[in-house]
Amino acid sequence: MEIFVSQVLAGLGVASVLLLIALGLTFTFGQMNVINMAHGEFIMAGAYTTYVLQGLLGASLVGLSFLISLPVAFMVGGVLGLILERTLIRHLYGRPLDTLLVTWGVGLMLQQLARDVFGAANVQVKTPAWLDGGLTVAGVTMPWNRLFIILLVTAAVVAIWAFVNKLPNGRQMRAVMQNRPLASASGIATGRVDRRTFMIGSGLGGVAGVAITLLGSIGPTLGTSYIIDAFLVVVVGGLGQVRGAVLAAVALGLLNAFVEYASEASIAKALLLVAIVAFLQFRPQGLFVRRTRAVA
Amino acid sequence: MATESQAARGEGAPSTGAIARPTGDSPWAGAGWFVVAAIVLLVVAPLLLSDFRLNLMAKFLCFAILAVGIAFAWGKGGMLVLGQGIFFGLGGYCVAMFLKLEEAGPGQLPDFMVWSGVEQLPLLWRPFQHAWFALPAAVLLPMGIAALLGALVFRQRVRGAYFAILTQALAAAFVIILVGQQQLTGGTNGLTNITAMFNLDLTNAGNQRGLYVIVACVLGGAFLLVRHLSRSRYGRLLVAVRDSEDRVRFLGYNPTTIKVIAFATSAGLAGLAGAFFVPVVGIISPTMLGIVPSIEMVIWVALGGRASLVGAVIGALVVNWAKTGLSEQFPSGWLYLEGALFIAVVAFAPKGIAGLAELWRKRAGRSEGAPGALPRSPLGRLAGFARARRGGPDRLEKEPTA
Amino acid sequence: MYHEPGYGRPGMAPLRRGPLALAVLVCALAVAGCGAQVKDGGGEGPASGTPGVTADSIKVGILHSLSGTMAISEVSVRDAELLAIEEINRSGGVLGKKIEPVVEDGASDWPTFAEKAQKLISSDNVAATFGGWTSASRKAMLPVFERNKSLLYYPVQYEGLEASPYIFYSGATTNQQIIPGLEYLKEQGKTRVFLLGSDYVFPRTANKEIKAWAKANGMEILGEEYTPLGNTEYSTTINKIKAAKPDAVFNTLNGDSNVAFFKQLKAAAVTPRQLPVLSVSVAEEEVRGIGAAQIAGHPVAWNYYQSTDEPKNAEFVKAYKGKYGADRVTDDPIEAGYVQVQLWAKAVNKAGTTNVEKVKQASKGLTYEAPEGKVTVDGENQHLYKTPRIGVVQPDGLIKEVSTADEPVKPDPYLKTYPWAKGL
Repeated sequence: MEIFVSQVLAGLGVASVLLLIALGLTFTFGQMNVINMAHGEFIMAGAYTTYVLQGLLGASLVGLSFLISLPVAFMVGGVLGLILERTLIRHLYGRPLDTLLVTWGVGLMLQQLARDVFGAANVQVKTPAWLDGGLTVAGVTMPWNRLFIILLVTAAVVAIWAFVNKLPNGRQMRAVMQNRPLASASGIATGRVDRRTFMIGSGLGGVAGVAITLLGSIGPTLGTSYIIDAFLVVVVGGLGQVRGAVLAAVALGLLNAFVEYASEASIAKALLLVAIVAFLQFRPQGLFVRRTRAVA
Repeated sequence: MATESQAARGEGAPSTGAIARPTGDSPWAGAGWFVVAAIVLLVVAPLLLSDFRLNLMAKFLCFAILAVGIAFAWGKGGMLVLGQGIFFGLGGYCVAMFLKLEEAGPGQLPDFMVWSGVEQLPLLWRPFQHAWFALPAAVLLPMGIAALLGALVFRQRVRGAYFAILTQALAAAFVIILVGQQQLTGGTNGLTNITAMFNLDLTNAGNQRGLYVIVACVLGGAFLLVRHLSRSRYGRLLVAVRDSEDRVRFLGYNPTTIKVIAFATSAGLAGLAGAFFVPVVGIISPTMLGIVPSIEMVIWVALGGRASLVGAVIGALVVNWAKTGLSEQFPSGWLYLEGALFIAVVAFAPKGIAGLAELWRKRAGRSEGAPGALPRSPLGRLAGFARARRGGPDRLEKEPTA
Repeated sequence: MYHEPGYGRPGMAPLRRGPLALAVLVCALAVAGCGAQVKDGGGEGPASGTPGVTADSIKVGILHSLSGTMAISEVSVRDAELLAIEEINRSGGVLGKKIEPVVEDGASDWPTFAEKAQKLISSDNVAATFGGWTSASRKAMLPVFERNKSLLYYPVQYEGLEASPYIFYSGATTNQQIIPGLEYLKEQGKTRVFLLGSDYVFPRTANKEIKAWAKANGMEILGEEYTPLGNTEYSTTINKIKAAKPDAVFNTLNGDSNVAFFKQLKAAAVTPRQLPVLSVSVAEEEVRGIGAAQIAGHPVAWNYYQSTDEPKNAEFVKAYKGKYGADRVTDDPIEAGYVQVQLWAKAVNKAGTTNVEKVKQASKGLTYEAPEGKVTVDGENQHLYKTPRIGVVQPDGLIKEVSTADEPVKPDPYLKTYPWAKGL
């Protein structure tokens, strides 16, 4: 029983990370159909932002600099995304597979840039003292940093939900994604909405990078370890569906935790990938489908 | 909601422009150029290149075989195959297993198994003792797996970005399994130190040159085969499926079969490329098969011109030659150059080198039925060409997913 | 069959003009290759002559991953090798000539290592090559060097079971690192051990040897876990370790995964007092990436630390930091990279030529006062006699030695002198 509970918690921990890295993609991939392979490098940029801020503010203010990193990384990721959208992506709307190839090239260059600026070796980000250790209930320990990530991702999901459904900007975004000509005819500046959507999605990547510093290594190739998982979460969840992504992340996280416990990490990872392919046999559009009247 | 044909056209393939152009070429068109290319590859290159460079060239020609397959599946069939590494690897491993066993001699184990403490030849390896099994398997196994996968996936109408990401996930899973089964596959090391084939010393310069000639001929054969397929009735159906799958279905064809054939063909060519890669290079390892190399393979084709078979060959040769050259010249900064070159081509000249050649021809005044007026300056022409074909930024289209 | 007028043959148009482009390209390539051949022509064959020697310099190759996932570790080794070359050149060079390094990028891709090794040998005609990190890259390069009878110096500890006549192994082999690590654990009374490693050759081979050793020495192996290279999730692994309740963990994870593992281990409130994790792939550079606070208190096994108290070490650390910045650290593979260049230079000076066979002959029994103390080249297997050292990671990120062997240990890559290793 103890093992069961701690594996459920481990699974939720994995799920929260998966969701966090995939949230940005529900915007750029899910809403705009841009396959941004450089999203991993935006995550990396967020992680390096934490590193730089920690260096600037000094060792005594680790907790503060970590909290400041969250909005700053959002801006860093967002601005990078904005630059990418303005210079390249906007020439490529309607060519999703080309966005994949182009942004892969961009990712390659960003990796090399990080290597030249910060050195090829991993850098160190200190964990704030208040995230050390864990909460132990009935013999089961849940690390604080995992709880923090779960909290962060919950907050992000709520904020996105509110933005998309309640705020005028978010509603404009939905309108543009669902029917561009009609939205345009109704007086919505679709170009501006594109920019905003892409910026938010990229910014979320930056935020994910901050959280990743609690768990993993911070180096030039950080993004490559996460990018495929992130896309799979979005694909399984259904394009543009935040609730789909949530459900997919939780399912994949739990599955991963239990299969890995029963077998081996390598086998679990391979099985998971195969399971996703099999799942898409039955639901090629993911868990949730956006209804349209397009020809099937 | 954009219609599907728009979306498919937006998908990057050659589009109405190419189809509608009345050509009226005979099947022998270009034969002269083919002969020229053959002479250059078979006579000029071996005369001019050193043993080392010629061996590199042989490796790149293997990549070109694979690129022809990608151009067929992607350019003609609209399927972006991001998992070609799997098939390349399957072909490579089939041949490498045979060669390792041949090298070890009857009843003996390959070197890495001895290190891993394996005492009996595993069941999986047994059939690969025989050339008659291993060599055909290098092509047929990838084809079979691709056909099976394609039948499942295409029947469910998984396409576009979904298909691309799916193949990517499979490539990732394939590499993890390959690395994990060290006692069977040699793990991350892969199968190394392959030096002989049919008792011929592969490290001997003369034999390497012979191998180069064989690879060049195989490339020529593969090229002609795919060219023939593309020009056949089947080829036209494939392009039709790419441009509008539903219309083809409404006409009474089964798009699944059409796509499976193209996917399996490209997988078979990838396997063939892998099969020749092993004797040429002497190693096959999982680093050649994962997500990153699979994307690189697509890049060669994108750079050369996805809709053109010749473009694919040129792309594979140019990118690899450039990569070798650049990384020798600028060992720490060549990634910038590679990335930049690549972005520029895909974003602004989506037809790649073949497209540029086409533009150049048109400027030379030999235009045949140019689609509309083009801006004057070559660069503006290029941009205008891209925009006209792809639709401006406001024509955001949804990938057909259903 | 639908065939409306106006529907030509798709794919035909590009084909017609394509061959022209192909021909142009191939001509261009041929011209480029021609240039390459002229370049290749210089110098004599490496086997017989004196490779790498030009009028005023001697060329050597440096072949590490400068891009891709392995760049994290290998760039620093390249830096150390360049430092050694600079120092040798400043004090007069080799055979009165300057050493000229030719740097190539292996790009974390094993066939690329083989290709670049061949390029260094046949195009640049180098006297020797310093390079590699992963076992896979070494295995890929091995046939190239054996075939061309050219020398490779390999700077990283590895799993043993190899002794190529054309490779000098300047890192530790199993009996100089892993076995001393196990002996240390046993001394500390940690006899119930869990094995954790990345899923590749080194950990799997090392764990096989560890299990054989454990059987002969009364150590109990409670579990064995492998995670994919570059894995970032360790909560389940940590739960498994907790459930097995071992006294210690023997860790053969590869570079990047160590960061995730130690961060998550610390977060799971497992202290080094409760459960020491002995690592053989975590050196000062990795500690920097992990964060000293996350790993402080855990033991590691190597032959050299930045804090190693040997006469030449202070000088080496100062030179390295002076050249690359005060925030850089030195560690075992970095030091080995530095040492192997020095050893090669010494051997060439002793032989009076860069001729491969003569350099090999001159290397036999060659000693060098290295930052890690005296090292000696074993004439038989071309590994080094090295001093095993167990250290504990300190909160400042450096490693303090807690146990040092009395003298350098003879390298035994095939573990021939150990009765328990018979069945391996």
